[in-house]
Amino acid sequence: MSQYRVLPGPEHFLPPAAASMGIYLPNPGEAHINGVIVPEDKAYEEAAKQFLMAKVPTIFPGPLVLWAWNEKAAKKATAVRHLYNTLKECVQPGQKPMLIPMPDYRPKYPKINPEVEINPNHPNLTIWHNKIDCCMFIGVHCHQANLSLKIIRGGTSCYTIAMCAQAGHEDAMLSFRDASVEKIMKLADWVRKLKGTVQPRLTSAKSGASN
Amino acid sequence: MSKERIQISEALYDIMPSDYQDLVKNATYGKEDRGWKDIGNTKELIEQHSLCAGCPESMAFRYILASLPNPEDTVMVGSTGCTSLVFPMVAVHNIHSLFGNQNAIASGLKRALSVRFPGRVKDVVVLAGDGATVDIGLDMTLQAWFRQEKFTTICFDNELYANTGGQESGLMQKGFVAKMAPVGKLFDKVRLPEIARESGCHYVVNCTVSKPSLVEKVIRNAVHIAREIGPTYLQLYTPCILEIGKNSMEGLQEMRDSEKPTERFAYKEYISEPAKQLLAELAAKDKERKAAAKQLAGQA
Repeated sequence: MSQYRVLPGPEHFLPPAAASMGIYLPNPGEAHINGVIVPEDKAYEEAAKQFLMAKVPTIFPGPLVLWAWNEKAAKKATAVRHLYNTLKECVQPGQKPMLIPMPDYRPKYPKINPEVEINPNHPNLTIWHNKIDCCMFIGVHCHQANLSLKIIRGGTSCYTIAMCAQAGHEDAMLSFRDASVEKIMKLADWVRKLKGTVQPRLTSAKSGASN
Repeated sequence: MSKERIQISEALYDIMPSDYQDLVKNATYGKEDRGWKDIGNTKELIEQHSLCAGCPESMAFRYILASLPNPEDTVMVGSTGCTSLVFPMVAVHNIHSLFGNQNAIASGLKRALSVRFPGRVKDVVVLAGDGATVDIGLDMTLQAWFRQEKFTTICFDNELYANTGGQESGLMQKGFVAKMAPVGKLFDKVRLPEIARESGCHYVVNCTVSKPSLVEKVIRNAVHIAREIGPTYLQLYTPCILEIGKNSMEGLQEMRDSEKPTERFAYKEYISEPAKQLLAELAAKDKERKAAAKQLAGQA
């Protein structure tokens, strides 16, 4: 088993792909935390904890849920909104949950507005601008999610979670696989369950993303 | 062919940046009579771009995007050059190919789309500069035409490599001196429209983009003919005002001067016999549709 761990950065300018360091993807019913395969339930707890600890916990919904391609996509969007609303209800004063869309993957020139969107080609801009210290990607095509996750790990100290509808992401610090409406709702339930039990790192030097 | 396919999930509508909301509400996807006159009244399929102020290429881009008959089911293939700075800001599917490979990519893409979506009309439009079309990509350009691939090739002809500082290109006019071609061009401008005709293109036009209604007409014709019959080619003069020593506001006049009857961009059009027949059929159908709509409006 690989000794490499997928940890919050900044790792360095071009962090290695976690897969190349021996990190492999979870099987159905499993997830990974920092590159270590764990039962899915443990990952819900850890993800909820990370959200509740963060100063600016943020959800980044991608095109697969932002656009109503079909009924399933629209339902997932509703679940994402529910998770965000739950987060808002469960955080303590001083924490600022955010919901920032990744509407498409075009490398926007001359620059994006980091207050209102995130772009996979320079996700660090949105992380830095909003001082996001924990984020979750959902509904982002795998290739673009991998690209973003690596850039974030390379240049920021943000904790990354992937709620992936396929086989998961090695480059996230925590990754679910086979994301569904039920799984998003279950994560919201865990956030509610852990409400008040987690100390937010509002004054920690680690809070906020750095470069 | 419908705007209904492009919708934002209701639960997340409010967080979408306003340009996307605007695109869904006010863009002309699915509108049968879309054209350059929509510019200014509707949301354009081109967002802000990073071309130079007054660049005729930006005008050409706007007219072309406003005129595509089927933007929601169109894939554009671009290549290296100033156009590749604009494609990221375009709300039409697009692929950036390796320099010169655009017609090869488009060939495979068009074939794959017809297999993957047999019941749906999918248009492929190549849009590249003169370096990609005539110099580096001439092989791919010609081979696609020889094979009768059913897509449109548009060449933005600015008569040099503008993006890299003004090197000589095959479409540069004889004798022209550019910043990076100080000796002056020693041979004639490649006559690609004629080559296109001889290579099997069914619709070939050589013109400038000074008249939006003309651009609209040729784009629609080219796409419809490519869809039904075979390859089409448009060579549009989009001068690089920086490289020919003009000011921002002089691009339009440069195009007007170059389209005079004796000049190199005087309007030239070639239509093959099957394409003529198709255009006549389309015109008749259009006339019928407009008459029916008029009658319906009269009854209402």
